[in-house]
Amino acid sequence: MFNPIQPKPCKILSVKHETELEYTFRVEYDIKPDHGQFLQLSIPMIGEAPISVSEQGDGWLEFTIRNVGKVTSCIFEKKAGDVLFLRGPYGNGWPTEELKGKNVVVIAGGTGVSPVRSLLNYLYKTPGYAKSVNVIAGFKNEQSILFKNDLENWKKSFNATFCLDNEEKEGFRKGMVTTVIKELPLKDWGEDYAVIVVGPPVMMKFVGLELLKCGFDEKKIWMSFERKMSCAVGKCGHCRIDEVYVCLDGPVFPYTTAKNLVD
Amino acid sequence: MSYKFTKEEAAGLFAKLSEKFDIYAPIRFKDAGRYAETDIIKYGKISSFDEGVYNEKSTYPMKEVLSPIQQALFYFTEDEYRESKCSTKPMLVFARPCDINAMKVQAKIYAGNGGFIDMYYERMRERVHYALLECNADDDTCFCVSMGTNTTDDYDAAFRFTDDAILIDAKDSAFEALVKDGKACDFKPEFVKENITKVTLPVIEDKETLNKLKAHPMWEQFNGRCISCGACTIACSTCTCFTTRDIIYGDNQEVGERRRVSASCQVDGFTTVAGGGSYRKTAGDKMRFKMLHKFHDYKARFKDSDMCVGCGRCINRCPELISITETLKKMNAALEEIKKEK
Repeated sequence: MFNPIQPKPCKILSVKHETELEYTFRVEYDIKPDHGQFLQLSIPMIGEAPISVSEQGDGWLEFTIRNVGKVTSCIFEKKAGDVLFLRGPYGNGWPTEELKGKNVVVIAGGTGVSPVRSLLNYLYKTPGYAKSVNVIAGFKNEQSILFKNDLENWKKSFNATFCLDNEEKEGFRKGMVTTVIKELPLKDWGEDYAVIVVGPPVMMKFVGLELLKCGFDEKKIWMSFERKMSCAVGKCGHCRIDEVYVCLDGPVFPYTTAKNLVD
Repeated sequence: MSYKFTKEEAAGLFAKLSEKFDIYAPIRFKDAGRYAETDIIKYGKISSFDEGVYNEKSTYPMKEVLSPIQQALFYFTEDEYRESKCSTKPMLVFARPCDINAMKVQAKIYAGNGGFIDMYYERMRERVHYALLECNADDDTCFCVSMGTNTTDDYDAAFRFTDDAILIDAKDSAFEALVKDGKACDFKPEFVKENITKVTLPVIEDKETLNKLKAHPMWEQFNGRCISCGACTIACSTCTCFTTRDIIYGDNQEVGERRRVSASCQVDGFTTVAGGGSYRKTAGDKMRFKMLHKFHDYKARFKDSDMCVGCGRCINRCPELISITETLKKMNAALEEIKKEK
């Protein structure tokens, strides 16, 4: 009988230190996920954790992991050549069809940049897929800046604004991502746009409110949720909100659904 | 057809059934209860009919046979891991209609939700055959009639244990072959027709009403009363939630297992993500989450039924005397208020 929670041992190909707390692990894996999906990563005798895919290539996936828990701190001890246990991908991912030919806005905060990185790199490598790409990415401070090479690329090809919450640095704006939203040329876009948002819950809440205040249509906004998950296949109940299972129906939700999901 | 076995013939019947089935029934654990000189009755494998408790509501539900409080998923040794194994012998499980109906509720989650079938649940479900026990609607906590779970036809045979005989109505022909040595009789199982306690199920018309009910002050009273112990969800016939835990055996860091353990939305930590963030922090929030799952969210997703079979065990087990039926009344009153405000 097929066991949907059976993990598979997979070889770590490389480890890149992005910041003191965030490393990117490139791991051998055959299945190509959709942008924004996640996998369950585990270490036997320690546990499992849901981690979103931050980049993908032929035969490998990358996971940018923040060292905040028991499982992640054990993963941080792993080196190239070591083994991680993987299962997935799970969840629905970003609505890539809805982005085709549109003016795409991506607003991400902190580790939340990871689940949009593969999508942004796809848009970078596929000019013309979107009418325009507008990135607003925020980090806490200089030490927490992720994906410096990617940020450079995005700056070259996209309308990109990068923020640091409370530090001055060249190429970055001091302040929250919410302050940039009103500068987006919404009037020029008419109905022809799509917004995706991911970050800490507080950031997503205020970004949502600011988008509506600036006249964005709630039907054209998508958000990615983070919840505790144990099984990732709709059985354990930890991620449920109302009749929705974040692991199955999300993690990406249209704002029209997200705004009514009261924990 | 129905058959009768005398007390003297019971051992022979049990032996014959045991050849085909592992037999499970509620078992009494003397003095193991919460208070002095109280017992608990919970499910386990029996080796004679005498071990079973057939005429009293079990403290804990039948679901534990199919989805145990804890079970091994994978075993880890130095550099390999393997899936836990499980017998394939069919099981005959003595159960009342509410407990049998509860399995239909659980199956929607374990063996369907999102298109994933949980292998650990399914391999148990494939083994299960039910031996229906009649119910005497033991106490005023039961409300199966209101929930429509007082009857079932999902069983191989119905059993009645009297002082001097076992009466069996075999519904399944394969099962009948095992009991046709008994003396023919006219036993037919009876189902509960009325409970002392009746409930009116809340009607939540739309998302706006749902969110107003969530914000209603009625939930705040549980902040002072509910101690978030999770006894209600462990005793619940239908609750399915679990957590996955990896453990190491003793001092040997190289050997251990990945284990599934029952979890409760009522207990702190249920929503805590790495880094410490959590949702639904108060006892009232947690109670609201549970009640709405039982009487709104489950049905909104799976359509057929609510996620409660009216067994009343949560009321029996709550150390703070919180009653699900009284809470339903409060929900109905709150909904009336919300309706009037519109």
